[in-house]
Amino acid sequence: MANADFEGRVYPADAPYSVGREKIREFATAVGATHPAHHDLVAARGSGYPDLVAPPTFAVVVAQRSEAQYIQDPEADIDFSRVVHADERFTHHRPIVAGDELTTVLHVDRIVSRGAISMVTTRCELYAMPQQVEVPSPEADSPGEHVATVVSTLAIRGEDA
Amino acid sequence: MTRPDIATLSVGDVIGQRVVTFDRAALVRYAGASGDRNPIHWSDRVAREAGLPGVIAHGMLTMGTVVNVVVDWAGDPGAVVDYQTRFTKPVEVPDPGEATIEVTGTVGALDAEAGTVRVDLAVTVDGAKVLGRAQALVRL
Repeated sequence: MANADFEGRVYPADAPYSVGREKIREFATAVGATHPAHHDLVAARGSGYPDLVAPPTFAVVVAQRSEAQYIQDPEADIDFSRVVHADERFTHHRPIVAGDELTTVLHVDRIVSRGAISMVTTRCELYAMPQQVEVPSPEADSPGEHVATVVSTLAIRGEDA
Repeated sequence: MTRPDIATLSVGDVIGQRVVTFDRAALVRYAGASGDRNPIHWSDRVAREAGLPGVIAHGMLTMGTVVNVVVDWAGDPGAVVDYQTRFTKPVEVPDPGEATIEVTGTVGALDAEAGTVRVDLAVTVDGAKVLGRAQALVRL
């Protein structure tokens, strides 16, 4: 049974994930995404992007890395061998491109246990960090430009389920 | 690539159809590319211990693959501004052999003012639905 005390928890922005060109190409190949904007720099720039564009589900790589802070915490009581993925949603505020340095703020939005099944919903807010070090303004409480929101629900079966 | 003209679209229009296959090598490739190394996607022993009939595809591999029909129609991967699904049935991947996934994208809703189209994806294996409420919002 997932530990309900984690509901509402918000983790501090994590160490940035550097989006690399070869990672975009590798991920695109793995999901059969052949659009030239994932593979060819000239094509991507010709389409108005500063660099190679990530496929629509690429943000899962960044999000799952951040979700591990919660999932792998022994206090959270999540037995990963009994986990199945229930749903996933990506909202792109702007496309992810190679060169982005993405920091993620992880939210544990909901933990519901019914019978022997726990449903856990996490939300990752991805921000692109500024490319140059800027003098922080007093109102700047955001880690950077908001790039994507990734909401994921896991179902965890209890020992007797 | 030319982009579709929202004015010519109607709810119910089929925007694309395709058949894709996953073999075990495809699962290993996705595991490496995504960093999701859960052994239920490569070890029959671990999959059976978890109560599955055998190795299953990553739900995210299915989700990530079937959206290509939308991207190729839209002509721009950055046009997919929102994409969601439920994973309703695991996709078993035999060895030897492969799983065959059929995908059909249909216009589910149009918002001419916002310039957006909701594409609904029907995703089946042997006639059984494997994704539920798979919807991509596309800005044209």
